Amino acid sequence: METRSLDELLGEHNFFEGMDPRYLTFIAGCGRNVAFHPGAWIARDGDAADSFYAIRHGQVAIEVHSPRTGALVIQTLGDGAVLGWSWLFPPYRWHFDVRAVEPTRAVQFDGTCLRGKCDDDPAMGYEFMKRFARVLTRSLEATRLQLLDVYGEERAPAGAAATEERPLGPRGG
Amino acid sequence: MGPGVAERLVPSPYALAEIWRETADVWSLALEPRGRDGLPAAAPGQFNMLYAFGVGEAPISISGMPEGGGPLVHTVRAVGNVTRALCEARPGDVLGVRGPYGSSWPVEAARGRDVVVVAGGIGLAPLRPVLTHVIAHRDEYRRVALVYGARTPADVLYRSALERWRSRFDLHVDVTVDSAGRGWGGNVGHVTDLLPSVPFDVADAVAFVCGPEIMMRFAVRDLLDRGASPADVHVSLERNMKCAVGLCGHCQLGAEFVCRSGPVYPYERVSPLLGVREL
Repeated sequence: METRSLDELLGEHNFFEGMDPRYLTFIAGCGRNVAFHPGAWIARDGDAADSFYAIRHGQVAIEVHSPRTGALVIQTLGDGAVLGWSWLFPPYRWHFDVRAVEPTRAVQFDGTCLRGKCDDDPAMGYEFMKRFARVLTRSLEATRLQLLDVYGEERAPAGAAATEERPLGPRGG
Repeated sequence: MGPGVAERLVPSPYALAEIWRETADVWSLALEPRGRDGLPAAAPGQFNMLYAFGVGEAPISISGMPEGGGPLVHTVRAVGNVTRALCEARPGDVLGVRGPYGSSWPVEAARGRDVVVVAGGIGLAPLRPVLTHVIAHRDEYRRVALVYGARTPADVLYRSALERWRSRFDLHVDVTVDSAGRGWGGNVGHVTDLLPSVPFDVADAVAFVCGPEIMMRFAVRDLLDRGASPADVHVSLERNMKCAVGLCGHCQLGAEFVCRSGPVYPYERVSPLLGVREL
């Protein structure tokens, strides 16, 4: 069976696409391959956040637990996504639970090691942080859209039964 | 010569053959013409005016075509007096139907190309005829993808159809919801989260987008960012429609009467209008 190096695997991942191979080799030194069975916990709210993950295959769910509603899934991440940014800033703690939904393969990076390498090589660190900023921006945008509850606009306004039809387009609702 | 305006405003009687619940507040109505021939054949994306006698009329997209003699299907969300009356109709009841009206998804022009369908909420209803058409003529299209977003798992429309489509090897189907409990094994996130992983050739793809306008704006932007041409991205606009024949002006958007020149437009045609806050 062909064994592929970690930097080769990283080169195929969306997050690292087009990154200087020297950086990939440098970063790969902080990573290791991991696998999770469905239902396995990858992180728990409040635990030390000493890792981030580049998901190669599978799906994970980011959850928050409420005593009233139980586990609420906030977001799922799949092939080509990256998981976790709490390792970037003190106090380095996970703020959500993360669970594998499907058999999941990922590269797990040691946060302390990565932060050290980013400090040692600021050009690489800048490149790395730019990519992370892009992920965070997209995530923030998606969260805003979720918060807008755009599909909720389609519903009947309160008291609609007693009122005239709201302006209707051809979607019937 | 086509029918005059007065004739186009007269509804034809259709009997409700069947009604079934899709979600908590959405029903699908299967209608059959009462007596003689029904209305002219519709194209995917067009709409009819459905009349609940004694209550009023509402524009409703056609979600199922009577191909091969089947019933005409409309999917309706109960949001007010008229739509609630439509959803409360019982088999055998007679409703008024006039149409079909408006522009359609250019499914013929998409032949030989990749097709990307992006739907949000009840926006899947007017896109369902696109999918049934493409599946019926599957060898005439290249890669076909459907990306669908809903509010919660309970709000996912056409569940059995989605499962059937998803089981095919020649369709890429992704469904996501904005929020879910642990019982939902699918994606959670906004529909735009899924677009980067949709396989299509940006140089030779046609995209059909329908959903809440904010969702469409972001989905279209993502498609254009990937390199899709604004001429190949089509959107369906929702505006207040009353007469459906371009007389009353309720649906006016700039110089467009959405009931006549829309609801389906190439994005490049309407993008300047969508940015005008006063419209």
